[in-house]
Amino acid sequence: MGKRSVVPFGPQHPVLPEPIHLDLVLEDEQVVEAVPNIGFIHRGLEGLVTKKDFNQMVYVIERTCGICSFGHGTGYCEAVENVMNVEVPDRAKYLRTIWFEMSRIHSHLLWLGLLADAFGFESLFYQCWRIRERVLDLFEMTTGGRIIFSVNQVGGVNKDMDKGMLQKILEDMDVIEKELKQITGTFLTDYSVESRLKGVGVLTKQQAHDLGAVGPFGRASGIAYDLRMTGYEAYKYLDFEPITSDVGDSWARVDVRIREIFQSIDLIRQAIGKIPGGEINVPVKGNPNGECFTRIEQPRGEAYYYIKGDNKPYLKRVRVRTPTFANLAGLCEMLKGAEYADVPIMVLTIDPCISCTER
Amino acid sequence: MGKFMTFASVAMKNLVHKPVTKMYPDKAIEYPERSRGHVEITIDDCISCGMCVRSCPTGTLSVDRDAGTWTINRFDCVQCGFCVQKCPKKCLRIVPGYQHPGDAKPEETFTKSPEVLKAEAERRAAQIAAAKAKAAEAAKAKAEEKN
Repeated sequence: MGKRSVVPFGPQHPVLPEPIHLDLVLEDEQVVEAVPNIGFIHRGLEGLVTKKDFNQMVYVIERTCGICSFGHGTGYCEAVENVMNVEVPDRAKYLRTIWFEMSRIHSHLLWLGLLADAFGFESLFYQCWRIRERVLDLFEMTTGGRIIFSVNQVGGVNKDMDKGMLQKILEDMDVIEKELKQITGTFLTDYSVESRLKGVGVLTKQQAHDLGAVGPFGRASGIAYDLRMTGYEAYKYLDFEPITSDVGDSWARVDVRIREIFQSIDLIRQAIGKIPGGEINVPVKGNPNGECFTRIEQPRGEAYYYIKGDNKPYLKRVRVRTPTFANLAGLCEMLKGAEYADVPIMVLTIDPCISCTER
Repeated sequence: MGKFMTFASVAMKNLVHKPVTKMYPDKAIEYPERSRGHVEITIDDCISCGMCVRSCPTGTLSVDRDAGTWTINRFDCVQCGFCVQKCPKKCLRIVPGYQHPGDAKPEETFTKSPEVLKAEAERRAAQIAAAKAKAAEAAKAKAEEKN
């Protein structure tokens, strides 16, 4: 046994867009144990529920994170709608689905870029973000915001998409698909990329199951668990299967996420093909009375939203559990036995979103 | 064993493609119609009801009914558009164009035009006078009833 030493990783580190701290216990160059430490950017968003009414909270909750903001708004609105027995119009469900899948494309492309940057492939990083820019432009055109959309409201959505916008989305999806195909080969078959990803950070199916890994992180280890299959919003009208891989290493996570982008493009096409006309929101009267627990599939995995109201405009309790929080356990297990130089890549492959985790 | 030179075709295209980035700020950015840049008000249509103040999640708005003013701190505004939704007179709207950065957080105040203020004051005085007259009449009727 070599001499043990503890090396701090983060909160500031080139691969980390957000602060998380890991104490890495090393034996020579090998990680023996990783102890996570979070809490650097806790903002107390859930506590604001005592000061903002349930309609204003939509705008607070969607600011939990900059990447999955639309999902947070949708999950919260769904929970409140369930408590108040509001039936959202079909068109609103389809619009939410389209925006949600566009968010998934934008989140996965952002992550692919960050990963390329982490293994030192700068031009691949720029290509990913160039493709992502097109999605952001679509968001700006349809919602008015590039990151925070503010289109969700309890009872539906507050902005509609006309035919021209839907057509533009379809056209841009064709371009994104074509451009992404050109760089897919680099991510999945290139020699230098493979040497950084293959066999790095293996999490077996059993480990992923025991540690409750969610999202693409769990699916890359062979767990076919995708909450979209439960059929919330318009997913019940769309045809798709969860994307999985049996390999379980960092390369498999890239593979799963790239295939998920193509799946999202397909889902957007299906949704635009089937979108019905009609209202986009219904008026909501009264205050939420009761409690509800909803689960949705964020780009990074399963997210929980819990709300509790007692017939007052101010909710009693709001709780969000985000996918990164669930995946930290898997990360720490995966880090055991890893080479020190592989740690940044492995931390990045769970797609950590620390703002979400700490709220 | 992986392949080599997988990125070459994408990289070579950059030699003949135009740059993707725009030369900002030399070239102005065109915002789409829906872009949520900042909140604007047609102050003369405002009835100073305060719905926007109560709806604002960040509490950046304030309304003074007597002075006829509507005040916003643009640095605290998050452009969510909730005030625009709630405004009963639809005199608020959200338009493209972002707030420029600065080293202070000044408040911006909009005041109603003197004609509108005068008309409002007259209307309010008339309302008060009418209410007073009504109250006096009611009191008189009550007194007569007693007699």
